[in-house]
Amino acid sequence: MSLPLVVLLPFLGALAAPLFAQGGRTAIAVVSCVPAIIGLAALYPHWAILADGGIVQHSSEWLPALGLSFSFRLDGLSLLFALLILIIGLLIILYARYYLKPHENVGKFYALLLCFKGSMLGIVMSSNLLLMMIFWELTSLTSFLLISFWTHKQDARRGARMALAVTGGGGLALLAGILLIGNIVGSYELEDVLAAGDLIKNHSMYPVALTLVLLGAFTKSAQFPFHFWLPHAMQAPTPVSAYLHSATMVKAGIFLMARLYPALAGTEQWFYMVSFTGMATLLIGAYVAMFKHDLKGLLAHSTVSHLGLITLLFGMGTQLAAVAAVFHVINHAIFKASLFMAAGIIDHETGTRDMRRINGLWRYMPHTATLAMVAAASMAGVPLLNGFLSKEMFFAEALELNLPGLWAYLPPLVATLAGIFAVAYSARFIHDVFFNGRPVNLPIFPPHEPPRYMKIPVEILVFACLMVGMFPAFSVGPLLYAAAAATLGGEVPEYHLTFAHGFNLPLLMSVVAFAGGLLMYTQRQRFFDFHARFREIDEKAVFEALVSRIADVAHTVTAAIENGSLQRYAMLLVVSVIAVAAAPLWNLGIAVGSNGLSPIDWPTLVGIAVLVVAALGTAVVHRDRFFALVLLSVVGLIVSLGFARFSAPDLAMTQLSVEVVTIVLLMLALYYMPSWTPIETPKGRRLRDILIAGAAGIGMTLITLAMLTQPFTSISEFFLENSKPGGGGTNVVNVILVDFRGFDTLGEITVLGIAALGIYAMLRNVALTPPPGDGQGHPWTRDAHPMMLQQIARPMLPLALMVSVYIFLRGHNMPGGGFIAGLITAVALILQYIASGMPWTQARISIRYHNVIGLGLLFAVIAGAGSFAFGYPFLTSTYDYVYWPVVGKFEVASALVFDLGVYLTVIGATLLALTSIGRLSPHSAIKSTNKKEGS
Amino acid sequence: MELAFAVVIGVLTASGVYLMLRARTFPVVVGLTMLSYGVNLFLFSSGRLATGGQPIIGSAETYSDPLPQALVLTAIVIGFAMTAFVVVLSLRSLADSDDDHVNGRIPEQDNARQEQEDAK
Repeated sequence: MSLPLVVLLPFLGALAAPLFAQGGRTAIAVVSCVPAIIGLAALYPHWAILADGGIVQHSSEWLPALGLSFSFRLDGLSLLFALLILIIGLLIILYARYYLKPHENVGKFYALLLCFKGSMLGIVMSSNLLLMMIFWELTSLTSFLLISFWTHKQDARRGARMALAVTGGGGLALLAGILLIGNIVGSYELEDVLAAGDLIKNHSMYPVALTLVLLGAFTKSAQFPFHFWLPHAMQAPTPVSAYLHSATMVKAGIFLMARLYPALAGTEQWFYMVSFTGMATLLIGAYVAMFKHDLKGLLAHSTVSHLGLITLLFGMGTQLAAVAAVFHVINHAIFKASLFMAAGIIDHETGTRDMRRINGLWRYMPHTATLAMVAAASMAGVPLLNGFLSKEMFFAEALELNLPGLWAYLPPLVATLAGIFAVAYSARFIHDVFFNGRPVNLPIFPPHEPPRYMKIPVEILVFACLMVGMFPAFSVGPLLYAAAAATLGGEVPEYHLTFAHGFNLPLLMSVVAFAGGLLMYTQRQRFFDFHARFREIDEKAVFEALVSRIADVAHTVTAAIENGSLQRYAMLLVVSVIAVAAAPLWNLGIAVGSNGLSPIDWPTLVGIAVLVVAALGTAVVHRDRFFALVLLSVVGLIVSLGFARFSAPDLAMTQLSVEVVTIVLLMLALYYMPSWTPIETPKGRRLRDILIAGAAGIGMTLITLAMLTQPFTSISEFFLENSKPGGGGTNVVNVILVDFRGFDTLGEITVLGIAALGIYAMLRNVALTPPPGDGQGHPWTRDAHPMMLQQIARPMLPLALMVSVYIFLRGHNMPGGGFIAGLITAVALILQYIASGMPWTQARISIRYHNVIGLGLLFAVIAGAGSFAFGYPFLTSTYDYVYWPVVGKFEVASALVFDLGVYLTVIGATLLALTSIGRLSPHSAIKSTNKKEGS
Repeated sequence: MELAFAVVIGVLTASGVYLMLRARTFPVVVGLTMLSYGVNLFLFSSGRLATGGQPIIGSAETYSDPLPQALVLTAIVIGFAMTAFVVVLSLRSLADSDDDHVNGRIPEQDNARQEQEDAK
């Protein structure tokens, strides 16, 4: 359990840390240290197993159907990275305490930093590739937020966006690559993937998978040509640059290459892609670093270059090169983090990072200068320092590389050249900043040493540089061995860790690099002049231009489709449905199926003829809205007759009552609207619409005909067999609604209630004045509530209620049930509103229909939840027989309570909708308020 | 029988789609209602056309498929709720813009927006 704890603790810390923001920077820094300290303590007991190349695992299921598991793995490689993340993280927390100003949002900073720490630990300790992917994206996000921490700076926001776009895009490629690998292997578990190296490499999809994975790794680790985001990410606060953008996050891509080394490496494609990318990055980074005047810009490009070096080592494909790569990961993290911290101190104390202005700081801050100089010497590869050791190993490997013909000279040449640049820019860092005359026009003058504790992290790291440089076998030997063993999948080649190997060819290359580098630095003005001849490409401007061009295209496309016309959307929708459906239907060869056609009887034919005439008539006469509505009701009535004709009595009853409510609703709406639709659309447009409608109709006819004549099997056998013994009812449709598929019904009545509430909300405080007449000059009748209708409607109410109760109770066994009974009740109530008017009815029915809806849903949920009490799942129903006087033996099912909920919801929703519209007219509203005031 | 039924669904669809493409809200609502008749009948017919086979246990020798019927029953009710919602939406739009065009905006606003875009 300790592995997930290590990963998840920082996230908990991120939640807790901001709570201490009131206590000041020290309090929050102390709290932020806790997760890392516990994490280190939790990792310590595992060392004994890991030192021999063992693995500690923790696994629990998450989404097994997707191959996603919550599993973690600790081996030498992940331990190495976890230690870097945790220890450097601790130093950064201490450093940031003094770096940040008291008025800044310290809580947010530490919370984000801890989130990042947890995500990064997640990447290196995940044992499931999909899980790793989640953490991978989390680091991109936290990096984005940290780069743009100073949100008021435009450069910071732009740099953050660029970093997110590049690493996020790479993340997508990586996801695709991981999915491919998972597909090839059949598992996303690291254990299986690493064991299936040969399977992956021989698979036809290997080149694609490798390219995608490498895209993810290269973007994250700022490899050429994706390196441009890293220097722009330096707009972040310096602790972030030191932590994310030199020591840990940019190593995530490197880590990925190391992690998947046994599964993916060792092929020609790997060799060429990885090593040449690494070589290009190594050279370009080192060359550009030379010409940067910004202190952090120099360090950023140097980081790019070193990342290229590590990538190149992995690309070489030999085991010793992989060991050297892992070794350089450690060394680079140590010296570069300390250099960034030193740069941050200088920035902090002088107010600028421009090396043309910062000169001669030795006399003002000798202590910091000493530390920075040692770290810079390590970056240059000076003997007795850690940078020297891995660089020698790199030179040795570059010589070993067996490329055909003259190509064999390329790696050593590139290596030496990059070495020369590295010495030159390191010399520039040391000489320009600390010597080279006096400071020029510093914003803060005179600079002095930073607070005591701000230097401690740098001191610790510089001490590590020295320790590793002089006693490598003692200080990092065991850890390096464990990490190398984990990277290579077991076998570790012979290598010798010592501070000097005696005189050999790599040493000669170092000597050349030193001589060349120092020479280059002394002649730097010529190089600057040479470099100035080229127009510098501002990656940020290019990137922004690209982004805005894409946004413009998106705007144009959106504007072309989405011009605000609903009419157009509806047309496009229908046309695209026809277009999408046409081809597959054509290919299916839609025709009359094997069941053939059955004969038709005369009454049905007449009904169908009436329906067709009414439906077409509605479209033809639609300008006369009232007439169209009458025809529509004819259609609805025939449809309900059709349901009755084709063995669906429940549907017939439902359709009939819904039909009444719908027509009343539309009549009500029509009262407020113009009763005549003007002719606006040109003839061509109408013809086009007729063609579209015709195509849709013919398509539906063909589909229906084909479907109706095909033989079929249905899952309904189950329902028919179990309705009586399982659900206690003989009306299978009702039993399905309230029992088998009760959960669906619960959802549906909820939608019903929400729709009614939405209607109520939409019409609140809306006043619509109905037109004075019907639009053709006829005034409305003065007898709004005819006496005859009133007299018939009132006695109808109790009768209708009785019928609805009967329909409701018998619903489980005979056609009926909550839906139909609810609609009948609703119709009876609506009749009262129509016959006697809103004010009269409201005065007598003072129920708030909102409450009826709520009550109905409550009943339904209680009926469902009641089964929990007996240990059954939600909505399990039961039934029993009771003896009821007069009626006789009667069956009561618990589903009846559920159906009661349906009943109430239907009544509430229907009446709430209709009365909301009825209340719209100012006429009725005034009357009803008068009434209230009077009483 | 099947052919006639299929034609009914086709006619309902065609009439519904044509009305749906009109420019004023009321015909569109009528069109949607018409279309939902067609869709409900189509769903219902996926259980095939049966005569005298109502799915009430003990009332017939062979039963028609109860499942599509149950689905269509709720679809009818939900369809009503949606019709009511769309009707109210159109009433609201009428109240807000004093016009019952489906695009729901006053031409002056359109012109103003165009001018704004031109100014950019």
